[in-house]
Amino acid sequence: MKTPARKHPLWLAFMLHRVSGLALALFLPLHFWVLSYALTAPVTLDGFLRWTEYPLVKFAEFGLVFLLAVHFFGGLRLLALEFLPWSDRQKTLAATAVGAAFLVSGTFLLKAI
Amino acid sequence: MPADEPMLRVSVWRGSGTKGEFENFDVPVRENQTILDIVSWIQQYADPTLSYRFACRVGMCGSCAMMVNGEPRWTCRTHVNKVASHDNSLTLEPLRNLPVIKDLAADLAPFFEKWVEAEAFHHPESTREDEIAAVDPESAERAGIDAAIECINCAVCYAACDTVAGNVDYLGPAALQRAWTQFQDERAGSKDAILDAVSGSGGCHNCHSMGSCAHYCPNELNPLIAIADLKRITAWRRLKGGSNA
Ligand code: SF4
Ligand code: SF4
Ligand code: FES
Repeated sequence: MKTPARKHPLWLAFMLHRVSGLALALFLPLHFWVLSYALTAPVTLDGFLRWTEYPLVKFAEFGLVFLLAVHFFGGLRLLALEFLPWSDRQKTLAATAVGAAFLVSGTFLLKAI
Repeated sequence: MPADEPMLRVSVWRGSGTKGEFENFDVPVRENQTILDIVSWIQQYADPTLSYRFACRVGMCGSCAMMVNGEPRWTCRTHVNKVASHDNSLTLEPLRNLPVIKDLAADLAPFFEKWVEAEAFHHPESTREDEIAAVDPESAERAGIDAAIECINCAVCYAACDTVAGNVDYLGPAALQRAWTQFQDERAGSKDAILDAVSGSGGCHNCHSMGSCAHYCPNELNPLIAIADLKRITAWRRLKGGSNA
């Protein structure tokens, strides 16, 4: 059947924005739930935070920071596209958003290990 | 045809409405062959009942677009050697996102109806007593309009757009782009009617800015520029208290 045509940068940027948005929507409730232990059960929270010393968990955190950053910078690009005068550099801007997200999340990972 | 002549294996969608299947044809390879040449060869030498549409053969009329290997293209100016896979095979289907009349001929009526829905036509308001509107050919607005009206109504962008695929009411890139040229036109009236039409439930705010329209437009137009501008104009209008339908 017809396979729609999608192999181009702005479509990929669109998909990355969707997927990161969805992943964050799923993650954030968990995040706040764990944080709520700070008020209700600090000992449990400390136990949980020790768990974050594992390399695999650190790497997963890097992924989360990347998703957050890529959604943030990608969102800025879309706001600019929709509210500022048109710029022909959309592909460059999308690539910059991904690059900036790697910079932020990479720095986070380097600090964590 | 000589037995050892190089051949293309072409899968062509046959059928009408929602029913159909692929039929294979072997078509001899020629130099400088376009996809439209392939389809014409099949109709002339293999099966005269094959239906497809074309008129100008030079990229002016916009009637020959089809899905070629899953991608929307104008077929009269798409060379086979640019798109055939390495094993010399090709798949041809009618344009995506549109009903099928028969075989490779898609029904473009919904595409054109949306141009009217988007108020993408001239709205004359002045009379012979009025001053003639001054059009500055050097202005940025006019440069934008000049580019956008090169649209040949081929519906390639409409077939490429995933938002059209997901929302039957979405006006689509070409209609919105044309409505934008009307809105920008110094001579046009009814500007609020245009803005109401382009910002309704099927309007510009559905667009996800994924730019498939610009990526595939054979005339290298970028409807996203027009759509982003319509989003801006209608959003500010709403913020300033104007109506949006
Ligand atoms: S940018 Fe908008 S109009 Fe163009 S393909 Fe994407 S959703 Fe459709
Ligand atoms: S904008 Fe481009 S792809 Fe869309 S109808 Fe016009 S010429 Fe065809
Ligand atoms: S036949 Fe006119 S554009 Fe292809």
